[in-house]
Amino acid sequence: MATSVLFDAPGPKAKTRNAILAVVTVLVVLGIIAFVVVQLGKSGQFDSKKWSIFTYPLVQKSFATAALATLKAFGVAAVLSLVLGFLLALGRLSDHAWLRGPVTWIVELFRAVPLLVLMMLFYYGLPTVGFKLTPFTAVVVSLTLYNGSVLSEVFRAGVNALPKGQKEAGFAVGLRKGQVMTSILLPQAVKAMLPAIIAQLVVILKDTAIGFVITYQELLYYVKYLGSQVNFGNPIIPGAMVGAVIYIGMCLVLSGIAKYAEHKINKSPAIAKAQENLAVGVAGDETAGGLPPGV
Amino acid sequence: MNTLLDNLDIFTKGFGNTLILFAWSAVGALILGTVVAAMRVSPVPIMRGVGTVYVNTVRNTPLTLVMMFFALGYPQLGLPKLDYIPLAIIALILYTATYVAETLRSGINTVPLGQAEAARAIGLTFGQSLSQIILPQAFRAVVPPLFNVLIALLKNTTIAAAFSVLEAGAIRAYLSERGEPALVVLLWVALVFVILVLILSAIQRSFEKKWRNA
Repeated sequence: MATSVLFDAPGPKAKTRNAILAVVTVLVVLGIIAFVVVQLGKSGQFDSKKWSIFTYPLVQKSFATAALATLKAFGVAAVLSLVLGFLLALGRLSDHAWLRGPVTWIVELFRAVPLLVLMMLFYYGLPTVGFKLTPFTAVVVSLTLYNGSVLSEVFRAGVNALPKGQKEAGFAVGLRKGQVMTSILLPQAVKAMLPAIIAQLVVILKDTAIGFVITYQELLYYVKYLGSQVNFGNPIIPGAMVGAVIYIGMCLVLSGIAKYAEHKINKSPAIAKAQENLAVGVAGDETAGGLPPGV
Repeated sequence: MNTLLDNLDIFTKGFGNTLILFAWSAVGALILGTVVAAMRVSPVPIMRGVGTVYVNTVRNTPLTLVMMFFALGYPQLGLPKLDYIPLAIIALILYTATYVAETLRSGINTVPLGQAEAARAIGLTFGQSLSQIILPQAFRAVVPPLFNVLIALLKNTTIAAAFSVLEAGAIRAYLSERGEPALVVLLWVALVFVILVLILSAIQRSFEKKWRNA
């Protein structure tokens, strides 16, 4: 529904009212921004001492290294999550109860445990029984298990939202069960769910930041480290600002790629139908309309 | 079992704080999220712009970084001193509200066109049609995804542990001082979270059943 259906074309009275509301909004937003900026200025957050740290080549290089560490964890975890999500989705869609049951439990389990707890389990918990993981491995394994489970639900919802005829036609031309799934249903499901899949990838990118808790030296870890530099007046706020710009930039690039792919992708009528089903949540499946939110 | 029973004080304190964080942030995020969603469909272009910029900025920032702003940055600003728990709640509200707003907005889009048209036809204003016709129906359509947002919020509260809040995520650090095995402690923490999520899912299902096709 286009938002414009919610209100009529404004008449003279509504135009005045909207103009007043616009001015009030601008004033409120400017007020909040001004308050924050003034407070930041008053407490010396814009002092050159705090920002001079960014002029050192070493700091700039370390920022780049930290951002690369973030990207490395993201890249490996993203690929592995997609693979795991694919496998788990196959398991949950299986006709065999002995496979479907345990896989369902695994998916539900890893979706229920907070990522931070998962990371700590791998990094602090496993060494007590003799498995020592590096922070990088712990971050990647946790991200993969959590996001793989979420992605498997996304794939499953996509498959369930496809029109029935796709599956039936596959069987009718003599394909076997596995073939129907891998060459007919899943490819279309992936295309239909592309926005949700990319949203989940953005989540993986953001969640790498939790890795700093288990001493993985990524962007946030470095920001916190900068914040502890007493010589530069503990520039935690300048550091966090720079970090936020880098994170937002990376996520926007990822979302941009998603929009481009969504635009380029060739949509069959079945895919369009599936997306429609998902949008209104009538696919007769409990996950439809109730997709994992990518938080 | 002993690990749990011997340290019940820390476990109850930790999960108690988790629930406090969750409850306040949930209420705050639902209110702020609804306001932002309303802004994003409002007739005033500037309001829509403000809502869009807010949602897109915060959604692309890690919660960990938002919380760092508040937990480590706020005390440097020389404003009235706040405890770590309210600071964590503010960060959680600001972050989760964006997801609530997006969920509601997608719900508003599922309400049949005729509803909005009928509301306009009988002369309701934007505020009236949104609050009395559209949003009540949108809320019902988005109960499942909204609960998913709340479940995510419950799990996200653990991030506050990284910023000096004694809650579930911090139990391990406290108990390692008492010499408890980290693996057992963390498995207990994970188990309690699974139970909490199961409870939320059960509530989600009952709401879904009650309001289906309403």
